[in-house]
Amino acid sequence: MSVWPESVQDRARDIISRYPEKRSAVMPLLYLAMSQDGHLTDDGMEEVASWVGITPAQVQSVASFYSMYKREKTGQYLVSACTSISCMLLGGDDVLHAVEDESGVPHGETSEDGQLSVEHVECIGACGGAPAVQVNYELIEGVTPDKARELVRWLSTARPEVINTDEMQELFGGRRSFDWAIREETGAVGPYPAFQPLGTVEGSE
Amino acid sequence: MTTPLVVTRRMTEHPNDSHTLDRYQATGGYSQAKRSLGMSRDELVEEVKASGLLGRGGAAFSAGLKWSFLAPARPAYLVVNGDESEPGTFKDRQLLERDPHQMIEGIIITAIANEVHHAFVYIRGEYPKPARRVQAAVDEAYAAGFLGEGIFGSDYDLELTVHLGGGAYICGEETALINSLEGQRGEPRLKPPYFPAAKGLYMKPTIVNNVETVSNIPHILSMGTDEYTGLSDSADTGTFMMSLSGHVNRPGNYELPHGITWRQLIYEVGGGIRDDKELKAWIPGGASAPWFVPSEHLDLEITKDATAAAGSMLGSGAVIVMDEDTCMVKAAERLVRFFAHESCGQCTPCREGTTWLEMILRRIEEGQGRAVDLDLLVDVSDGISIGLSWPPKMTTICPLGPSAVSPILALKDHFRDEVDDHVTHGGCPFSAADKADSAESSDPDDSGGST
Repeated sequence: MSVWPESVQDRARDIISRYPEKRSAVMPLLYLAMSQDGHLTDDGMEEVASWVGITPAQVQSVASFYSMYKREKTGQYLVSACTSISCMLLGGDDVLHAVEDESGVPHGETSEDGQLSVEHVECIGACGGAPAVQVNYELIEGVTPDKARELVRWLSTARPEVINTDEMQELFGGRRSFDWAIREETGAVGPYPAFQPLGTVEGSE
Repeated sequence: MTTPLVVTRRMTEHPNDSHTLDRYQATGGYSQAKRSLGMSRDELVEEVKASGLLGRGGAAFSAGLKWSFLAPARPAYLVVNGDESEPGTFKDRQLLERDPHQMIEGIIITAIANEVHHAFVYIRGEYPKPARRVQAAVDEAYAAGFLGEGIFGSDYDLELTVHLGGGAYICGEETALINSLEGQRGEPRLKPPYFPAAKGLYMKPTIVNNVETVSNIPHILSMGTDEYTGLSDSADTGTFMMSLSGHVNRPGNYELPHGITWRQLIYEVGGGIRDDKELKAWIPGGASAPWFVPSEHLDLEITKDATAAAGSMLGSGAVIVMDEDTCMVKAAERLVRFFAHESCGQCTPCREGTTWLEMILRRIEEGQGRAVDLDLLVDVSDGISIGLSWPPKMTTICPLGPSAVSPILALKDHFRDEVDDHVTHGGCPFSAADKADSAESSDPDDSGGST
């Protein structure tokens, strides 16, 4: 018996149908579970286990290997500041400190009201637009410490329901790795990637 | 210099719609995929072999040769590696976002050449936008009958699944990628078998090719091998995407012919060093590559062999430039921290060694270094990669651990004085100015981060 609503179960069946073997669907199903609970819960992992026919312990073994499966309560907005080499060379550490200072949330932690989580991350492939920050994995390139503070204030006051990369780039970004060219209207709604097969993309097309 | 654009041509000439099926077809797209349906496996493999195309994921192995190794058992699978995570690298992100149909056509041709009926694109989890673009293009291709049952009206079936990673650099290693795609922990597999072409996904013969590699395939067919090999004056054929970052005036992705020099790349293409500072060092091929310095390497040609002869590699094409104000200890610490964070933990030399390297580098940077610490770093490195030779000797299942040694070699061979300065001054000589106003803040450690 699945604890997921019928529409989410349909989504799970669609995901599984994309692979020759059920077990390959573990990773997308883990994201699906996160989208239901806000982070990866024990119940979510049990649910995934029953869909692919392995034990919850096996699912946990997989989930614990990857950094994007958040097994602790995570804020509605996950702010990830890159401090890998190329971002560090151009002030990524200062951007991280600005995010921590403005939000009062040290990296690796979540605000008391459960709204905001802060982490520093290794290279997110935005080195030409360093330093870079992601919110719910939606990218902003060319961020300064001041812009990072504005971003934190915007998240806590505007409380956007959909996190849109182009909107954030316009408001808080600077130099980009390359011309993004085409604007998207959709975005992310939680601390997990916004991707159509997962049903995690929202906003108007 | 004139640059014959190949894989970035469409996005350069048609920036507003290079990702759409309409634009792709209006510029000749999918004609080679259709044509390849009438070609034999041998013809296609020979054509790609003759083109000299080298894998663009980092190992620079002949793509055609890789295809020729595919074992005869069927089903066979194709996995396109878009898990781009090597620090400094962002070329595949551009190819995925800006020209997804080019990759999909390359996938169709590669599938036909290798008798594959189910292909996968593995895109790193931190690339949701590229993944959305690729999925939208895949949906367009299915609707047009270029994917699915009976592609292009033939009796050839081809399924294509877009898979999102979970935030683990190690999944860029092809056997770890395969484990991950099977729904396992992304740990590299013990060799042999050396190539997934023998036993890969679900223990079936599998081709793993990088996004840029596959994106070149339609062009090799449309240009023919003579024109394609003629794009370069050097031994390495075709063009090469380089991701330029760090202290240059014009960072970005550049599609370049092989054989220009590092001086041309940094000073002409990249516009020189920011604020007219002096160049101190650069990393020629991603975080794993041993560093180059201006006194020895500026006029070397950018080719696979010239770079290898000088003791480094072109790797994923990521060039990270550091100016005279850069603290080499801090740069080394940041690179080593990456490998320590991304070690999958299977092999002791990597798991323990990278952690110790990171801790020793941090204490030097923070002013608690000792005179023997550089020797200690070299000693620990020797435990990860015995003899510290190039290419590195392996004590581990995969090259991740030995990659962490590259920054240590740079300190040992070129910046020994700088390490000594840290020890004698009891701190970083480069951060005296900003230490005063950020006394509270410490460098982020490796806890709680993700890839």
